[in-house]
Amino acid sequence: MAAEILAEGVCYQYSRSSQMALKDVNLRIGKGEFVAIIGPNGSGKSTLAKLFNGLFVPTKGRVTVDGLDTRDRENVWKIRQKAGMVFQNPDNQIVATVVEEDVAFGPENLGVPPEEIRRRVDEALEIVELKDYAQKPPHQLSGGQKQRVAIAGILAMRPEYIIMDEPTAMLDPVGRKEVINTVKRLNREEGKTIVLITHFMEEAVQADRIIVMSEGRVLMEGSPREIFSKVDELKTIGLDVPQVTELAHRLKGRGLAVRSDVLTIDEMVECLCPLL
Amino acid sequence: MPIVVKNLTHVYMPGTPFESVALRDVNWKVEDGEFWGLIGHTGSGKSTLIQHLNGLLKPTSGEVIVDGVNLSDRGVNLREIRQKVGLVFQYPEHQLFEETVEKDVAFGPRNLGLPEDEIARRVKEAIELVGLKYDEIKDRSPFELSGGQMRRVAIAGVLAMKPKVLILDEPTVGLDPRGRDEILGQIVEFRKKQNMTVILVSHSMEDIAKLVDKIAVMHKGRMVDSGTPKQIFKNYEALASMGLDIPQVTHLMIKLKNRGKDVATDVMTVEEAEAEVLKAARRKGHA
Repeated sequence: MAAEILAEGVCYQYSRSSQMALKDVNLRIGKGEFVAIIGPNGSGKSTLAKLFNGLFVPTKGRVTVDGLDTRDRENVWKIRQKAGMVFQNPDNQIVATVVEEDVAFGPENLGVPPEEIRRRVDEALEIVELKDYAQKPPHQLSGGQKQRVAIAGILAMRPEYIIMDEPTAMLDPVGRKEVINTVKRLNREEGKTIVLITHFMEEAVQADRIIVMSEGRVLMEGSPREIFSKVDELKTIGLDVPQVTELAHRLKGRGLAVRSDVLTIDEMVECLCPLL
Repeated sequence: MPIVVKNLTHVYMPGTPFESVALRDVNWKVEDGEFWGLIGHTGSGKSTLIQHLNGLLKPTSGEVIVDGVNLSDRGVNLREIRQKVGLVFQYPEHQLFEETVEKDVAFGPRNLGLPEDEIARRVKEAIELVGLKYDEIKDRSPFELSGGQMRRVAIAGVLAMKPKVLILDEPTVGLDPRGRDEILGQIVEFRKKQNMTVILVSHSMEDIAKLVDKIAVMHKGRMVDSGTPKQIFKNYEALASMGLDIPQVTHLMIKLKNRGKDVATDVMTVEEAEAEVLKAARRKGHA
């Protein structure tokens, strides 16, 4: 059985819409990868995420998770356990009045035995670095902490894949860093496969691979360096590039001998030092 | 219509176990027509401060004086103050409620008791000021618009009150880059057209750096710094210790300077950085 999420010829049409939200999308998310999906509003990113764990089923084509076809109703629960989702607004995802009860909610619903739930909750809170908050009411936490509680709730269900739909959109810069550091750790240390949908390019830069969506199609796919070196194309569809990437692109255009695939401030410093 | 904040302190739930000091001895003066950015970490007191500027919150001690009127005085007409000082909250689209865009934007002016023809004129003007096409959008339900459009309709609802001062709390949060640039572009436009004073609360230093004349920095309930963006970003170490970022290009220039390169560090936009690097490279004969 293939360990991957596979989208083959996927089209999706919302019932009240005359247009296709996704048009012939073909993608593979391999186990252990950290993939970022970027694209302007309305490009189909969130629709795609919801197809990955069977919340939506394709109008045409098919999506399989570890070989399980999302169109088959019998697979739905297996797929949702394999592929957990984290959404934008932490307040909409928290159901209990105590942090650890919230994290236990998922495994309880899966019918996991109590002692095993205890173990999983402790472990999940440890991973998101909120062990000291286990007994706290969630409303006393910051946005970044709440979003980490939501992530712990998903982790306690022991998914292989974690799909995140703009998990940092409503957070301040500190909360964003907290969540992104957690996401990186889930991937590097826990071996979770991550699909991160984001508008923040400095987050996308951290992924192994970036998928760029535009008007319901996959426009580009590649490493952060490959993608962000296409400054003009990204700007045309209304996306940002990091300031230093744009600066490198402009300087190159003015005849300066700099690389055009600079992603970080430190790389840019190294690039410019010999010239100044 | 200047706003003067003097020794403003605000304590939430005083005398209870939940007592917390949100503002401590804040002093601030906003002159006519200025464009301010108000920055600070979550919980630094930004939102508490702006809610004092139109009388939504009352000082525990100290004063807020709008256009010569002390908001704590007896008999102050707060309705008049709130018309002059328009406040756009975070996620203002959550406050849309009418059946059509036109009715929603008309809600404020209608409450002011204006004549119908004046209301109609203001509604049309406000919708166009936020960059939407009046004829195309006026009869649509606000709830079937895109996120960026909904937000602009909500801002139009405040603009239709013709405020002299407009305060926007994180107007671009949750929008994609294009939506963000559109809204910020509109703010610049209608500020010019209406000659308004604007206070923009934002976490994005890159946006703030591009737009505002002056920045005020809040930290733990105090206003710890205020000045032009260039003055503020000079103290990048202090900003970092408060959990605030400076624009990437500013950071780049500081790092180059630290490596002994002859570059100016008061650079805030990609365009300025480009000019500065080219200048330095030319001196070395590399460009």
